[in-house]
Amino acid sequence: MQNILQQIGIENYIYLSVILFCIGIFGVLYRRNAIIMFMSIEIMLNAVNLLFVAFSTFHQDAQGQVFVFFSMAVAAAEVAVGLAILVSIFRNLSSIDIDNLKNLKG
Amino acid sequence: MNTLIAISGLGILSLLAEIFNGRKAIVPITIIGLLAILGYNISPYNHLGTFYNNMMFVDKFSVAFTSLFIVVTIFLIALSHEFYKEQATKISDYVAIKVFLLAGAVAMVSFGNLSMFFLGIEVLSISLYVLAASNRLNLRSNEAGMKYFLMGSFASGIILFGICLLYGATGSFDLMNMYQITHSVNYPQWYYIGIIFLVIGMLFKIATVPFHFWAPDVYEGSPALTTATMSTLAKIVAMAALYKISILLIPTQTYSFQMIIVCVAIASMIVGNIMALRQNNVKRMFAFSGISHAGFMLMVLLILNNSAGVLLYYATAYAVAGIAFFAVVLYVTKGKDNETIDLFNGFGKTHPLLAAVLTASLLSMAGIPILSGFFAKFFLLNQVLLSGWTVLVIVAIISSIISVGYYFKIILAMYTKDSEKDLPNNIPFIYQVVAILALVINIGLGLYPSIVYNLLG
Repeated sequence: MQNILQQIGIENYIYLSVILFCIGIFGVLYRRNAIIMFMSIEIMLNAVNLLFVAFSTFHQDAQGQVFVFFSMAVAAAEVAVGLAILVSIFRNLSSIDIDNLKNLKG
Repeated sequence: MNTLIAISGLGILSLLAEIFNGRKAIVPITIIGLLAILGYNISPYNHLGTFYNNMMFVDKFSVAFTSLFIVVTIFLIALSHEFYKEQATKISDYVAIKVFLLAGAVAMVSFGNLSMFFLGIEVLSISLYVLAASNRLNLRSNEAGMKYFLMGSFASGIILFGICLLYGATGSFDLMNMYQITHSVNYPQWYYIGIIFLVIGMLFKIATVPFHFWAPDVYEGSPALTTATMSTLAKIVAMAALYKISILLIPTQTYSFQMIIVCVAIASMIVGNIMALRQNNVKRMFAFSGISHAGFMLMVLLILNNSAGVLLYYATAYAVAGIAFFAVVLYVTKGKDNETIDLFNGFGKTHPLLAAVLTASLLSMAGIPILSGFFAKFFLLNQVLLSGWTVLVIVAIISSIISVGYYFKIILAMYTKDSEKDLPNNIPFIYQVVAILALVINIGLGLYPSIVYNLLG
């Protein structure tokens, strides 16, 4: 693993993760479909996971890889709650378009 | 350390009580359990130090804040029995989620490793997403839950990215190791990028001004008790965690970092107070009031030496005033679709006692002497002034004066206008008890501020 990392270079992993993270951010900001927004959040979290693993190999230290398990478990729990909220919205509105949620203003 | 285990155990116990048909006993048992944990937490049996390979780091700071969180949670759980009366079959879920939320809060102030911090913040946030959307037939609650979920997980992603960069720079998640590395001579300067991401994520959670836009909507739409939880417990938890991060992870506070904190604090105070003036919904108004209080609490980051006591006192004063406020608001807005200020018309004549409590808690938040809110602002501004941030103190005092305007809007509605329709005059006993107890704590802290103020030296 260390050899591959040396050939590719840690900076390329960082670039890739940052690009993925930004794709996630723009997805959350610009898409109006709730499911795609969820997917964008997942892309953000997984971009970070990728970077964790790369740093873990770079430092020759297993802690980073263990952290990835935590963050994956947490992301799964988060999305479970988010989808549950989405189902209850769909029951009330018959739509999952975020733009329909405009009751709270002021 | 055992505090966290005991709280998690209590949460599981209150879930199990559902199976054994113990729904009636669930609230009293949880409160007794939390009181026992509080007693253990402040007793000498609760050893200070590090546990589980530095995963947990228990010191005076974390013990003091944990005790505060437990007290606030006891109040919130005491209110839930009456609040969820119509959904009595689900009471164990609501209580258990609140207890787990407390577990997350405790992890957030006593972490010794960033993974523990991340798990704590996620446990806290996920519990709050569930609570915000818990009134599932109400579209406003759904919308609040959805908005809170999107913004919260967005902020979690940013925090996670910050943690990742800190790990990349130092090669460790352990606070002790990171402290040593960052206080040695050469460590990567992009360490600070990670700090910036982490701080931005936490500012999202605290709801300070550039990142505050979610707060009013979420506070307005959520069920009132959830709003109480978010505005009292979640806010002070996030603030305490940010304080701990800035003490342990930021090696030297550069001038630019301080300027950012100053700008965010000023913007929060001004925007929060001015926007609150034009709100007609009580919960929405309280959201903006919370934003301005977050701005006040942020000032603590500028006076890092010996400021933990100031933060603890401010957080306590803010939390008990919020609890008393919401105990009355829960009663007034029960069964109403909207929480406009008109609901309070004539409240002073029909319910003199609760109106007095509400007035006192509002005056405390506005910063009128005798009540603890005044001394909280006084100690804080005194310390900030001694550190040389005169402009900041002037802005804080001006915004504090503005805040009196909207707090008095409610008080005037209560005492000068006549009520159009009578509220049922059977005030739930527990609401009265909680409101009065919170007010007594508030006044007690105002008369003897040293009890809390000197706890952290």
